[in-house]
Amino acid sequence: MDMTFGEAELAFQQEVRDFIAANLTPDMKRAESLNASVFSEPEAGVPWQRALNAKGWGAPGWPVEYGGTGWTPAQRWIFETECAHAGVPSPTPMGVKMVGPVIIGFGSPEQKNYFLPRILSCEDYWCQGYSEPGSGSDLSSLKTRAVRDGDEYVINGTKIWTTHAHNANMMFALVRTSDEPRQQDGISFVLIDMKSPGITIRPILTIGGDHEVNQVFFDDVRIPASNLVGEEGKGWTYGKYLLEFERGSGIASAKLRKALHRAAAFAESDATGRAIEDPDIAIRMSEAEVDIDALEMTELRVLSALQNGQNPGAVSSILKLRTSEIYQAVSRLAVDVIGTDGLYVEPTRPLHRLNAPPAIPEDELAVMPTHLNGRAYTIFGGTSEIQRDIISKLVLGL
Amino acid sequence: MDLTPSDEQRLLRESADRFIHETYTAKLREHNAKEPFGFSEGIWKQFAELGWLALPLPEQHGGIGGGAIEVGILMEAFGRGLVSEPYLSTVVLGAGLVAEHGRDDQKAALLPSVAEGTLRLAFAHAERAARADLARVDTTARQDGDAYVLDGAKVAVLDGAAADQLIVSARLANNGSGSLRLFLVPRDAAGLTLADYPRLGGGRACNLTLQSVRVAAEAMLGGDTDATPAVEAVVDRALAAMSAEAVGMMQTLTDKTLDYTKVRKQFGRPLAANQVIRHRLTDMSVQVDEARSMALRAALKADADAAERGRAASGAKAKIGKGARFVAEQSVQLHGGMGVTDELDVGAYFKRLLAFETLFGGSTHHYRRHAALSGRPV
Repeated sequence: MDMTFGEAELAFQQEVRDFIAANLTPDMKRAESLNASVFSEPEAGVPWQRALNAKGWGAPGWPVEYGGTGWTPAQRWIFETECAHAGVPSPTPMGVKMVGPVIIGFGSPEQKNYFLPRILSCEDYWCQGYSEPGSGSDLSSLKTRAVRDGDEYVINGTKIWTTHAHNANMMFALVRTSDEPRQQDGISFVLIDMKSPGITIRPILTIGGDHEVNQVFFDDVRIPASNLVGEEGKGWTYGKYLLEFERGSGIASAKLRKALHRAAAFAESDATGRAIEDPDIAIRMSEAEVDIDALEMTELRVLSALQNGQNPGAVSSILKLRTSEIYQAVSRLAVDVIGTDGLYVEPTRPLHRLNAPPAIPEDELAVMPTHLNGRAYTIFGGTSEIQRDIISKLVLGL
Repeated sequence: MDLTPSDEQRLLRESADRFIHETYTAKLREHNAKEPFGFSEGIWKQFAELGWLALPLPEQHGGIGGGAIEVGILMEAFGRGLVSEPYLSTVVLGAGLVAEHGRDDQKAALLPSVAEGTLRLAFAHAERAARADLARVDTTARQDGDAYVLDGAKVAVLDGAAADQLIVSARLANNGSGSLRLFLVPRDAAGLTLADYPRLGGGRACNLTLQSVRVAAEAMLGGDTDATPAVEAVVDRALAAMSAEAVGMMQTLTDKTLDYTKVRKQFGRPLAANQVIRHRLTDMSVQVDEARSMALRAALKADADAAERGRAASGAKAKIGKGARFVAEQSVQLHGGMGVTDELDVGAYFKRLLAFETLFGGSTHHYRRHAALSGRPV
């Protein structure tokens, strides 16, 4: 066991750095540093995903035969760390990390041939239709219904918290195709063209002032029956498979470290009156850094286990729980660091389109909205309370 | 970069876990507590036979050449069993200082005997006024012809009474502008007084007074150079080892508490049927997992440069200290009234984890050290 890089790993690190230097434009970088939402705007996220795809790095986690990179855990870690450090955009995971693996695992050959290349190239921009107004943590109580009519399904109902529905041309959704005694049965996984007649999108503004999520309404929306993934009624299984990806995918510690570095830079600047001189702030920086160190080691342990064909088990829930808590601790720290500058409200969105100089240092603009929006981290993808239920079941056998 | 354990490391874990599980029973702990040195000479001999005393020592001096990872594997098992044999004091601290700072003739004279189990060492460094500050040493070493004369007092010397030789830190009084030195002092040296006591959570410790203790110049460990870097390096490795030991204790407590809450019934159902209990157990197991990650990190960075090594060691000590208190206190809480009695061993783990938190400075101290090593003004 060791944490040092060998020659090949150092060469790969250089390759990643060279790629980032050649492809990360100042516009993308600025958009990312002023992004107060969970994911980047498409104007930053899409060109970045296309650059990755052109390099063959569009979907590192996929099997190599579908375009994956076959990287070692160390390579994945290096890639994520370098990307986070440089501040590259964070495209939404709905295509590459979510619907992609489901299509690879359960889709028909036609679906694979058609959709997978379009995911890699961002020709399709995906959103996720899971939650409903009446189905939050209790997701399998969902009521949006798809009724078979010849070669089509007719969909009625509504989905909520739909990230980037207003940008997407495709949605993957869980819909009810039959009523069964167990509510997890009778759910199917379908792919919906967002330009279909009968779809209405209502924007939802978050408390940070951002438009990232939406409510989507379906009124007699018709989709081809060939857009069913896998078997009818098995959607819950596929959806759970995907949620594991959502919870355990990637390496969150690198991004948290970047966020902490940004908070530290604020704390060392005259704009905050050198907040770092306050020992309480300095100690909290170290507490957050140590928490990130622990998270990073756990992520590396999981990557090693996966590489050796071991199942990391419920650790994805542990990672989700801790990542969201640490994220919130770091964002709270950043808010404390900028002090009264946090009072300034900038209504322009996205922030990187702002033309006139704001009343506070521009790089502080995203701090408060990030903190406000970030309260969602312990709620989406299964609340912290649900994660604790899962951990108690899977890890503790309760 | 690779975090896969080697075959040797896997085997070591298996044999350590098996030994502790089969041998280190509550009955043995009870027996050890009554032994004069707080541990069993027979078990110590077995440690030597198993090669555990030689494990981290250099190969040219009778050792096996293992590192902090291997020590961590052993210490985690020791934590599970609440082992009271003086592994930390003799092998990690004592032999660690000799290997790090000693002259070749001292290594050749001392390390093979440690490996064989015939020589025990202890590190006498901490002082009352210093609290956790490793740099604060008021004990003095005055050169007098071919000898040094030591004066001062030390506290919380782990397993000092069981040691053949004590490694005593002191500052040069009449030359060398207060530079730090280490001296090998036989336990029965004239002028050395030990106040030996049973240690919280098992084993023993002592306070020392040194009144004109005279040692030959050759008893100075290493050359005539400042010993601070060596002390910091060896204490950081000890922190890594103790962190692994704490992981073993935290895991055991969580396992025991989990088992108990599954069988203990109140209001007609097991305690663990309550969500508030399940979530508490979850938080305990998350703390164990994070502690495991931090202990591994401290071990992997044990030979990195001083700042990186120190940050990993202090980060582990700080975070695990906090997590250990949580796990220990909640284990007692969830065992109810029985948790506060001596009839269960939950309290024994609780006490040993408190000893862990106390030794070499608690969480607050180590967060502050981490901040200072990270260039943050504290």
